[in-house]
Amino acid sequence: MFKILEKRVLNPDVKLMVVDAPVVAKKAEPGQFIILRVREGGERIPLTIADYDRNKGTVTIIFQEVGKTTKLLGSLNEGDYILDFVGPLGQPSHLENVKRAAVIGGGLGTAIAYPQAKKLHSMGAYVDAITGFRNKDLIILEDEMKKVCNRLFITTDDGSNGNKGFVTDVLKKLLDEGTQYDLVIAIGPLVMMKAVSNLTRPYGIKTIVSMNPIMVDGTGMCGGCRVTVGGEVKFACVDGPDFDGHLVDFDEAIRRQAMYKKEERQSLEAHECKLGGIGNA
Amino acid sequence: MPNMSLKKVQMPEQDPNVRNKNFKEVALGYTEEMAVEEAKRCLNCKNRPCVSGCPVNVKIPEFISLIAEGRFEEAYLKIKETNNLPAICGRVCPQENQCEKYCVRGKKGEPVGIGRLERFAADWYMAHREPETPEIPKNNKKVAVIGSGPAGLTCAADLAKMGYSVTIFEAFHTPGGVLMYGIPEFRLPKDLVQREIDIVKKLGVEIKTNMVVGKSVTIDELMEEGYEAIFIGSGAGLPNFMGIPGENLNGVYSANEFLTRINLMKAYLYPEVDTPIKVGRNVAVVGGGNVAMDAARSAKRLGAENVYIVYRRSEAEMPARLEEIHHAKDEGIIFKFLTNPVRILGTDDGWVKGMECIEMELGEPDKSGRRRPIPKKGSEHVIDVDTVIIAIGQSPNPLIKSTTPGLKTHEWGGIVVDEETGATSIPGVFAGGDAVTGAATVILAMGAGKKAAAAIDRYLKSKSA
Ligand SMILES: Cc1cc2nc3c(=O)[nH]c(=O)nc-3n(C[C@H](O)[C@H](O)[C@H](O)COP(=O)(O)OP(=O)(O)OC[C@H]3O[C@@H](n4cnc5c(N)ncnc54)[C@H](O)[C@@H]3O)c2cc1C
Ligand SMILES: Cc1cc2nc3c(=O)[nH]c(=O)nc-3n(C[C@H](O)[C@H](O)[C@H](O)COP(=O)(O)OP(=O)(O)OC[C@H]3O[C@@H](n4cnc5c(N)ncnc54)[C@H](O)[C@@H]3O)c2cc1C
Ligand code: SF4
Ligand code: FES
Repeated sequence: MFKILEKRVLNPDVKLMVVDAPVVAKKAEPGQFIILRVREGGERIPLTIADYDRNKGTVTIIFQEVGKTTKLLGSLNEGDYILDFVGPLGQPSHLENVKRAAVIGGGLGTAIAYPQAKKLHSMGAYVDAITGFRNKDLIILEDEMKKVCNRLFITTDDGSNGNKGFVTDVLKKLLDEGTQYDLVIAIGPLVMMKAVSNLTRPYGIKTIVSMNPIMVDGTGMCGGCRVTVGGEVKFACVDGPDFDGHLVDFDEAIRRQAMYKKEERQSLEAHECKLGGIGNA
Repeated sequence: MPNMSLKKVQMPEQDPNVRNKNFKEVALGYTEEMAVEEAKRCLNCKNRPCVSGCPVNVKIPEFISLIAEGRFEEAYLKIKETNNLPAICGRVCPQENQCEKYCVRGKKGEPVGIGRLERFAADWYMAHREPETPEIPKNNKKVAVIGSGPAGLTCAADLAKMGYSVTIFEAFHTPGGVLMYGIPEFRLPKDLVQREIDIVKKLGVEIKTNMVVGKSVTIDELMEEGYEAIFIGSGAGLPNFMGIPGENLNGVYSANEFLTRINLMKAYLYPEVDTPIKVGRNVAVVGGGNVAMDAARSAKRLGAENVYIVYRRSEAEMPARLEEIHHAKDEGIIFKFLTNPVRILGTDDGWVKGMECIEMELGEPDKSGRRRPIPKKGSEHVIDVDTVIIAIGQSPNPLIKSTTPGLKTHEWGGIVVDEETGATSIPGVFAGGDAVTGAATVILAMGAGKKAAAAIDRYLKSKSA
C-alpha cells in the first residue's frame, strides 16, 4: 500500500499527488513512469514520474482525469492509500551533451515534459519551454516550469491568456527567427507530437517524443504497447517511452490508442452512475 | 483384485455447451469412489516405469496404492514428499508425455489416470485438512528469489524448509506467474493457486509484489542488501510475433496480453472490473500449444461465434496437452491444420478484417525431429476474422540480463546455467524454469527450482565452512 502524502488540484481536470514510494524514488530518472492500480479489481495504468525526492522517498505524479481509473484516483485524498505502485519503468531520457533545447508540453503533456526540462536545466543546458493549453483555466505548472527554463512561452487555443495559437506556432516562429536547438522534446497528444516532429524534420533537429500507448504490465510481457519506430516494432514500456519523433509511425499509434474507446466510455458511465452523475464525481 | 477395465474411470465434466460460456472449471474431479476404482487399475509394478517419466519422481505406485486403500491423506503426503504443488500438477501436467506414457496399462487400453488421481489426493486434502504451520529453526541466512511462478515458489519453499529466510520479488501485483496470469480459471482455478501460495507463505517466505528486478532493484543491489544467494525464476514472458504485415492492427493481441487481461485482470467480469477486453465474432488463434488452446477457449467463452486454431503442422505435431485439444474440440473450436498466416488484412480505420493464410505440407524432418512444414504454392486463402491472437511462443524477458553485468545468456535469451545445479555465470546466482529453458512446463520449472534450492544450500554451507 502506498500512502498519498500530498494532493493538489492544478486545474479542474488535473491533479498532483505526492506518494510515499521509496523503492521507486530511489532509482527514478526523468522519462520513466510507474504503473499503479488504485484498488482491487482496478486497471493497471501508467503515469509518468513528474518528480521525485530520493531523501524523502517520495514520487510525484500529475494526472488528468479522463476515465474511470484516473477519476477514481483523483477522488482519493491525503492520507489515503494506492494499492499498487510499481516502477520506475521504461528508459530514462538521454539528455547528455545537450546544450540548447526546446521542451514542449501539450496540455497534460507539460507534466511529463517538466522533469526533462528540470534535468536539462540542472545539467546546464539552455532551455526554452513552450506549453499549450485549450484555455487559460487549464494552464498548469507555470511557476514550476519558469524555474527550470530560460524562457517560457504559454499558448492557448482560444487566446484567453493573450497568446492565441498552438505550440507549433511558437516553435516555428522561434526557428524562423534563427533560434538554434540541438534537441526538441515534445510531449502531449499524439497529433501534437506528430505536428512538432513534422515541423522539425526539415530543420534536421533531433526530436524526442514520449509515446503513451495502452499498457498492461509495463515490463515487456504483453506486447500491447507496441509502436512502430523506423519500421521496427518496439515496446514502449521497455524500449521507450521516449522515441525519435522523426521515426515514429504516428498514424498507427493514433489508431491503436482508439482500441478501447467504446469500453472506456461504458466503464466511465457505469462509474458515474454509481457516483450519481458527473457533477458529483 | 485389480480393476482390469481398459478405460480410465471417466472424470465428470461440465457439458461442453454450457462450459464454453463460463469460466468455471471444466473437469470436476473424481469422487472418493471413482478414485478408489481408478486406483485399483494400477498393477503396482515392481520396476515402476511410470516414475521414470516423472520429472520430480513422484512415488506413483505408492500413492496410488494408498488411494486404493482409502488412505487419502497419506496418499497426499506421499506425493508431497517430492512434489510441492500436486493440485496444480494434477491438472496441468502433460501426463500423456510423462508418467502415463510409460504406464504398462497403456500398452493395451488406457494408462492409469495418474494425473487425475494426483489431483484427487490434493483436492481431498485441501477439502478435509488444514495445512499446518511448521516450526522451522532459522539459520539467519537471506536468499532472494526473483519471480513467483512454479520455479520460484518451489525453490523458495524448499529453502524455507531448510531454515533460510527467503524473500520472493515479484513484478506483478499478484504472485503465481503463469499459473495466475496465463492458465485460465476454467483449467486451473485461481483460489487453488492462491492456497498453494499461502502454504508457501506459511513456511515463512515473504513475497514482495510490485518489484521489477532490473528496474525497482537490481541483482547487484540485492547482493549488497545482504542476500547471500539469488535464484532467478523470471520465466519466459517476452511474446514472439510473426513479423507479418498487419500485426499491429487493432484486434491483434499477443496471447500474453489476451490471457493477462482475462486471468490476472479478470476482464471477463468487465465492466464489474475495470480492465476491458475486446473479442470479435470470428477469432483466429495462431499456434498449437497450450497457450493457443487457452486463448481459443477463452475467446469462445467471451462470446466469439467462430474460433479457429491456425496451426502450420498437423494434429500429430501439436504440442498442447491431449486433454486440452479434446476439450477444445468438444467446445466447438475449429482446427485449421497445415495452415500458416502470411498477412493480416485491415479495414480503412485500422481494425482486423481477415487473415490471409497459405496451406502447408509436411516435408523432411527438421532439427527438432518434426517434419518441416512447406508452403503449398497458390493455396492462399482468406479467413474471415476480426480478432487475431498470436500464440507462437515466448522467449525469456531481457530485463534482468540487460541490468546484470556478467550474467551469461544464450543468443535467444535463455540464461546459461550448469544443468546439475542451476548455477549461472555469477557466483551465488542461480536460475531455473522458463528463464533458462524457454517456454516449457510447470513440472520442469518446479524440478529446476528444487535442484537449485539444494545447490544453493550446498553453496551457502560450503561458503560458511
Ligand atoms: C508511459 C505513459 C505515461 C503516462 N503518463 C501520464 C501522466 O503523467 N499523466 C496522465 O494524466 N496520463 C499519463 N498517461 C496516460 C494515462 O495512462 C491514461 O490517461 C490512463 O491510462 C487513462 O486511464 P482511465 O482509466 O482513467 O481512462 P480510460 O477509461 O482507460 O481511458 C479514457 C481515455 O484515455 C485514453 N487512454 C487510455 N489509455 C491511455 C494511455 N495509456 N495513454 C493515453 N490515453 C489513453 C482512451 O483512449 C480513452 O479515450 C501515460 C501513459 C503512458 C503509456
Ligand atoms: C497460457 C499458458 C498455458 C500453459 N499451460 C501449461 C500446461 O497446461 N501444463 C504445463 O505444464 N505448462 C503449461 N504452461 C507453461 C508453464 O506455465 C510454464 O512453463 C511455467 O509457468 C514456467 O514457470 P516459471 O516459474 O519458470 O515462470 P513463470 O510462471 O513465467 O513465472 C515467472 C514469474 O516471474 C515474474 N517476473 C518476471 N520478470 C521479473 C522481474 N524482472 N522481476 C520480478 N519478477 C519477475 C513474472 O511476473 C512471473 O510471475 C503454460 C504456459 C502458458 C503461458
Ligand atoms: S506403470 Fe502404471 S500400472 Fe505400473 S505402477 Fe505405474 S501407474 Fe501403476
Ligand atoms: S505494456 Fe506490456 S509489453 Fe509493454
